[in-house]
Amino acid sequence: MRRTRWFVWLVVVVAMVGAACGEADDPTTATGGDDNEAGSTTAAPTFDAGTTMARIQQKGEITVGVKYDQPGFGQQDPATGEVEGFDVEIAKLIAVAILGGDVDSVEDKIEFVESVSKNREPFIQDGRVDIVVATYTINDTRKQVIDFAGPYFVAKQDIMVRKDDTSIKAVDDLNGKKVCTAKGSTSEKNIRAKAPRADVLLFDGYDECKEALVDERVVAVSTDNTILAGYVDRSPDELKLVDNPFSDEPYGIGLKKGDEAFRDFLNDRLEEIFEGGQWGDAFESTLGQLGLETPDTPTLDRYGAAGGATTSTTGTGGTGGAGGSGSTSTTGASSTSSSTG
Amino acid sequence: MSITVALTLTSFAAALVIGTVVAAFRVSPVAPLRAAGAAWVEVLRNIPLSVLMLGFYFGFTKIDIRYGEFATAVIVLSAYTSSFVAETVRAGINSVARGQAEAARSIGLTFPQSLRVVVLPQAMRTVVAPLGSVFIALIKNSSLAGLIAVVELTDMADRISFDTARPIPAFLGAAVGYLLLALPSGAVVGLLERRAAIKR
Amino acid sequence: MTASVLAEALGPRARRRVAVVSVAAAAFLAGAVVVAVLRLADKGQFDADRWRPFTRWPVWRFLLEGLANTLRAALVAMVLAILVGAVMALARLARNAALRGLAGLYVQFFRAMPLLLLIYFAGLGLPKYGVKVEPFWFLVLALTIYNGAILGEIFRAGILSLDRGQSEAAYAIGLGYWQAMLSVVIPQAARRMLPAIVSQLVTLLKDTSLGYVIVFPELLRLGRRTGSAYGNTLQAYVVVALIYFTVNFFLSRLAIHLEVRQRRRYGAGAIAVTGVEDLAVLSAQGEARR
Repeated sequence: MRRTRWFVWLVVVVAMVGAACGEADDPTTATGGDDNEAGSTTAAPTFDAGTTMARIQQKGEITVGVKYDQPGFGQQDPATGEVEGFDVEIAKLIAVAILGGDVDSVEDKIEFVESVSKNREPFIQDGRVDIVVATYTINDTRKQVIDFAGPYFVAKQDIMVRKDDTSIKAVDDLNGKKVCTAKGSTSEKNIRAKAPRADVLLFDGYDECKEALVDERVVAVSTDNTILAGYVDRSPDELKLVDNPFSDEPYGIGLKKGDEAFRDFLNDRLEEIFEGGQWGDAFESTLGQLGLETPDTPTLDRYGAAGGATTSTTGTGGTGGAGGSGSTSTTGASSTSSSTG
Repeated sequence: MSITVALTLTSFAAALVIGTVVAAFRVSPVAPLRAAGAAWVEVLRNIPLSVLMLGFYFGFTKIDIRYGEFATAVIVLSAYTSSFVAETVRAGINSVARGQAEAARSIGLTFPQSLRVVVLPQAMRTVVAPLGSVFIALIKNSSLAGLIAVVELTDMADRISFDTARPIPAFLGAAVGYLLLALPSGAVVGLLERRAAIKR
Repeated sequence: MTASVLAEALGPRARRRVAVVSVAAAAFLAGAVVVAVLRLADKGQFDADRWRPFTRWPVWRFLLEGLANTLRAALVAMVLAILVGAVMALARLARNAALRGLAGLYVQFFRAMPLLLLIYFAGLGLPKYGVKVEPFWFLVLALTIYNGAILGEIFRAGILSLDRGQSEAAYAIGLGYWQAMLSVVIPQAARRMLPAIVSQLVTLLKDTSLGYVIVFPELLRLGRRTGSAYGNTLQAYVVVALIYFTVNFFLSRLAIHLEVRQRRRYGAGAIAVTGVEDLAVLSAQGEARR
């Protein structure tokens, strides 16, 4: 008798707590900031049944993986629980095109999930997220398991040092020095290729690297200039950018491999916001605040067997090039080196 | 794997020393030492190792307490483990029959002498098995050094899983590594335990 | 609490000496604290700015959300681990050799694995093979598998610690193996194992912080995020450590209290299991008067 009762209790507790977890996930999945002036309100379009867009529409919600610790791209404010940044704005602009409404109201229909370098591919592969917009460099290794729309931005890998450091002027200078970057990032592979004798310290995120640099544990942090700019902006007295970029990092929107219709849709939408000015607005309200000048819009890379729409012709087959006219060759080189890692 | 072994052995040696001292504090007649010993144990035992590890590495540098990654890992692992060693040794001390201590005192040994010569050696014997547990736990705990970029077994597996995009073989490899460490350790502990038991 | 095991009542001279040493030790410890405080102040770690975020409710709400996630993961994993542990213990004591062997293999294998590795395995390995759940469940899965093995050992030791006469008596009155197990042996053993179980809960609660690596929003992760958002890393860790300490301290005390009571009531020994690190039970041994 008593045993059975115990057992029932256990089951009840597990069930209750388990159920509570489902709900409890909501508070941490914050919604983006509202610093963007409301764009035009769009009615939700209709999509062919069976497409990912139709599925998202039916769900009434899109799940997006973004960074939570990257100033300028996606950073969570503990006081409000909201994530803010360029990636977040791009996600909102995508969501509007599927779910309708405007960039402010659509926030309620986006479930943001924290993505770190490690969990981006797994999250896309297992369908945990619909898309990943998380400073996600397009490269061939990743293309083997997922697909990319975009690029919607081309960053350049650069080096950040302490304010008083004058010894490091280019990537070669990192040889024999202790450098920090994130585990599994393209930045790691680029450094290993271009400064083979550097002592590379690897953490899960750039936040730890920035700390390690300030704490004088490493002499440099190397990753995309836009990411570094966020840190320099917040600690201008302690940190500075070397400003001698050595590779192009085209950021793409990660999606499930083989979903051509969805990829075409995302690329079309990106083109729309490039031309319509929303892209520029998003940049100014986020990265622009960090003192970065709004760059030209990148050229889309509709690689592979994307059916039909070919507005962009610069896509260079399967090489993973960013398609940006001036940068295609460097990007090709960097992604080749990264696929060997 | 060699880093895991190095971490474990260094930290265990340090933890034995610190832990024994702390245990002596905890049974000493000097009240402030007892309090300090108790505080040491309670603080370290009730805070997750991960928090200690990251807090020491990223937090303490802010007050200029700064060591390399490996050294930090050893310091944190030995401090954490020492709290368990201390409790184990204290339990061992208390398991020594009271008459032993009384006899030691009655032949004129001072408190430190009686502790060193009479009580601790006997206590150590009953303490072998639990200390073995602590050691095996330490092998496993050394995996947390990966959080501060020490490339030990688990971190290595994590990197390989990343580079090859095939996590399962990488993690299985590490699992085998831990088995290779834990099984012999378990056997040695068992052996020591039996030998200690016979002598009694 | 005095630890008088080693010394009889002190004479006047010894008492004087103890007093002197006490004062010296106290002065030394106080000195150490003062040095630490000065150092902290010197580095500006007491600046109000660095602590101010922690006077604001939204920040606390954020951290408490993390604590809630931590507790939730710990609770669910604990309940599931108890079930797994019970099954493993029974299987290891079963008469069927194959069953015994399998359970033994499970327990021996997972007891030797670092939890962190299991968490990586669950959180980064399984999704590649199409397992689709929240990070919460990956964490719970890893915690359950690991603690199931540990609790299995605790349960087995608890059952074996019971006097053989109990089960023999049960057989004698005509009960079968399982009947004897369920109605005679386990109820008694369960009581004896309670302190070890609570003590394991403390370990498990601490271990949930490893959910950090698979981006489960538990206390440590949210604490780190707070520290990075406000540029007060040290303070954030101090606050996180304090929260963990408070919760675990009371749980540890509970385990010790239970064990002490146990010993008074039944005179039974602690259940020591190889590979288990939390020794609240041993602390109890240290505190129990004989």
